[in-house]
Amino acid sequence: MTGFSPTILAFCCNWCSYAGADLAGVSRLQMPPNVHVVRVMCSASVKPEYVLKAISQGVDGVLVLGCHIGDCHYMTGNHRTAKRMPIVQKVLEEVGIDERRLRLDWVSASEGEKFQKVVVDFVDEITKLGPNPMREVKF
Amino acid sequence: MPRIGVFICHCGNNIASTVGIEKLVEFTKALPGVVVVEHNLYSCSEEGLSSIRKSAEENKLDRIVVAACTPRTHAPLFRKICEMAGINKYLFEFVSIREHCSWIHIKDANAATEKAKKLVAMGVAKAALLEPQKEMESNVIPTAVVVGGGLTGLTAAASLVAQGIDTHLIEREGTLGGILKDIDVIGPEFKKTRELLDQLIKELKDSSKAHIHLDSRVISSSGFIGNFELTVECKGESVKIPAGAIILATGARELVPTGEYGCGSVPGVMTQLEFEKRLAKGEVPERAVFIQCVGSRQSGREYCSRVCCNTSLKNALRIVNAAPNASVSIIHRDIMSYGTVPEHIYREASEKGVRFLRYGLERPSKITRKRNGLVVQVFDETIDQEIDIDADVVVLATPMVSREDARDIGKLFKVPTDKYGFFLEAHVKLRPVEFSTDGVFICGSARFPSSVSECISQGLAAAAKASIPIRRGKVVVEAITSWADPDRCAACGSCVTSCPYEAIEIVDEEGRRYAKVNETLCKGCGTCVAACPNDAMQQRGFTTRQLGAMIDALVKNALGET
Repeated sequence: MTGFSPTILAFCCNWCSYAGADLAGVSRLQMPPNVHVVRVMCSASVKPEYVLKAISQGVDGVLVLGCHIGDCHYMTGNHRTAKRMPIVQKVLEEVGIDERRLRLDWVSASEGEKFQKVVVDFVDEITKLGPNPMREVKF
Repeated sequence: MPRIGVFICHCGNNIASTVGIEKLVEFTKALPGVVVVEHNLYSCSEEGLSSIRKSAEENKLDRIVVAACTPRTHAPLFRKICEMAGINKYLFEFVSIREHCSWIHIKDANAATEKAKKLVAMGVAKAALLEPQKEMESNVIPTAVVVGGGLTGLTAAASLVAQGIDTHLIEREGTLGGILKDIDVIGPEFKKTRELLDQLIKELKDSSKAHIHLDSRVISSSGFIGNFELTVECKGESVKIPAGAIILATGARELVPTGEYGCGSVPGVMTQLEFEKRLAKGEVPERAVFIQCVGSRQSGREYCSRVCCNTSLKNALRIVNAAPNASVSIIHRDIMSYGTVPEHIYREASEKGVRFLRYGLERPSKITRKRNGLVVQVFDETIDQEIDIDADVVVLATPMVSREDARDIGKLFKVPTDKYGFFLEAHVKLRPVEFSTDGVFICGSARFPSSVSECISQGLAAAAKASIPIRRGKVVVEAITSWADPDRCAACGSCVTSCPYEAIEIVDEEGRRYAKVNETLCKGCGTCVAACPNDAMQQRGFTTRQLGAMIDALVKNALGET
C-alpha cells in the first residue's frame, strides 16, 4: 500500500475544536494535508448518519472533535457526543469496518498543539489501516 | 440553479505562496452552480470588498463563497458586503484555506493546492443549498461584570459606572489595586501610584452603580452575549450575577526566580517588586546593579516583557536622584525604552552616571558574596572583557508571567490562552480587547505585559466595547436555530429530551402532533438534529442536506465517485 494517502473528514465544533484548528494554523503547526474540516456548532449535532454516509462512500476516516467534557458551550452537548460516537463505532464494527476509522476527541480553543497531535496520530493510524474497504464496494 | 460567486483571497503571500491560486481558480470555475470566480490580493481590503460587491451586482449572484482566512474573524465583514449587494447574509459561505490549509502545509504546495480545491468544492456544495434567513433580536441584561480589581479592571469598571451602567467588580483578594499596590511610584514623572488607585476606587465607591465583590472568585459562567450568568463565590457563599457583557482584567504576576543568581538565598539579591518596596521605605542603596531579561527572551519563555527596562530605568533614576554619588549599573541585552518619553529617561539616566553594560545570553553574570557586599562579574560584550562591579543590591528584572490560574479562567469563560498562558484576542491586529466569543472582552496584562498607560487605555477600550450591547439594549441572535418539519416529525420527543435549553415541546395543532422549537430559547447547538431519528429536525445553516452535500463533494473530488 505504498503511496496511500487517506481521505479524512473532520467535524469540529465552532467554539472549541474549530477554534483550536484555527490556533494551530495561526501557530503554523505543520500537519499532513489529509483532514478536511467541516464546521458545526456543536459536536452533539453530528448525526451518526453523517459518519455512516462518509464511511460507506469510501472516506477513510472520520474525526469528531468537540470541547472537553465540562467545557461545552451548550452545557452538556458533548456528553451526548461522548455517548453517541462509541455506539456508531459498534455499528461500524458490526458491518465489518474497523471502528478505529471513527475517532472522537476533545480539543479546546487554546489547544492548537493538541489539534496538530490528533491530526498527525489519526492520519498515521488510518494510513496503517489502509484504504477503506468500502471504496471497492459498488452498489 | 443557484448563481454562486467564489472569491479567493491571496492574503498577500499567506495563502498565495503555498496554494496555487490559478489552479484553484480554474478548478472552481467548473464547480456546479458557480458563475464567477475572482481572486484578490486581500479580499478583506476596501478594494477586495468593493470588487465582491461589484461582481455580485454585475453577475446577478445569489450566493457568495469566500475562500480566505477563518469565519471566526472575517465572516461578519463579508456578510455585510453580501447585504450591501442585496444578498441575504445567510447565503454566504466561508472556506478556510489559510488557517486550515496554507499555514499548516507550508512545505507542500501541491498537497495544499489539492486540499484547497476539495475544501472549496465542499463550501460551494453547501452554498448551493443555503437558504435566506431572518434574524431575531434578544434583550440584553443592562449589567456588566469586570473580573479583576487591579488598575486595568478599576479603570474599566470606573468607565462603565461613569456611563451609568450597573457594574460588578470581582476581586479575589481582600483589597483592590492588584500588582500596583506593591509599587510606590510610576514613571516617568514619579507619580504616586496610591493617588491613581485611590482616585479610581473613590469613583467606584461614590457611585450607586458600582458593586464591589472582594475576596470573591467566579466559579462558573454560562450564557451568551447579552445573557450571561456568573456564579461568584465569596467566603463560602455563592451568588448569581446576570450580566450582558464580561470584561476579563485578571492581570499577570512577576516571575520570581527559583534560585537563579541566588535570588531568595543571597541577601541583597532581589526582584524588582521587592526592590520597589525597599525604595518606598526610603532604603536607597549606594551601589546597585540591575540585571535585565532574567528568565525572559530565552528558550521556553521567548517573549520580551516590555515593562522591565522602563522599570529599571525608573528605579535607577530614583537612586541617582536621591544619592547623586551612588554607583548604578544596568546590565542588559538590549534596552527597550520605546517611545519618546522612555527614550528621554534612558538618556537622562546615562547623563546622570548610570552605567549600561551589554551581556549575552551565553555568558550570564555571576554574583559572589564579599565581606562588604556583593560582586557582580559581568562579561561586557562591548569591550569584550569581564569586569567586576561591587554592589549592595542586585535587582533582577524578571518578566511578567501569566497567573497560575489563567488557563482555568480561560476554560471558565471559554476563551483561549497562548502557550505562555496569556489570553488570545480575536485578532492580534484588527480586534484588540475582543475575544472571538461575543460579549467577553480582555484588557491589561492578562493579555500581555502592559505598562500603566497601556493598562489604562485597554481598560477604557474594553469598557467602551462592552458598553455597546448594553447601551443598544438588544443583540441580534444568529439565525442558526432549529425547526422540525411537521410532515416528517413523528412526535417521538427525542429532541425534547435532548435539548439543553428546554426549547422544544410537542404541540398539537388541529390534530397534528409535532415538535415545535421556541426560537427565543433555542441557542442553535443542533443537538436535536442528531437526536432526531426521522430527519425531521433541521438546523438553519447546517441542514442535513447541506452537510450531506459537503460529504458528497469531498468524496467526489477526493475519490472520484459520488
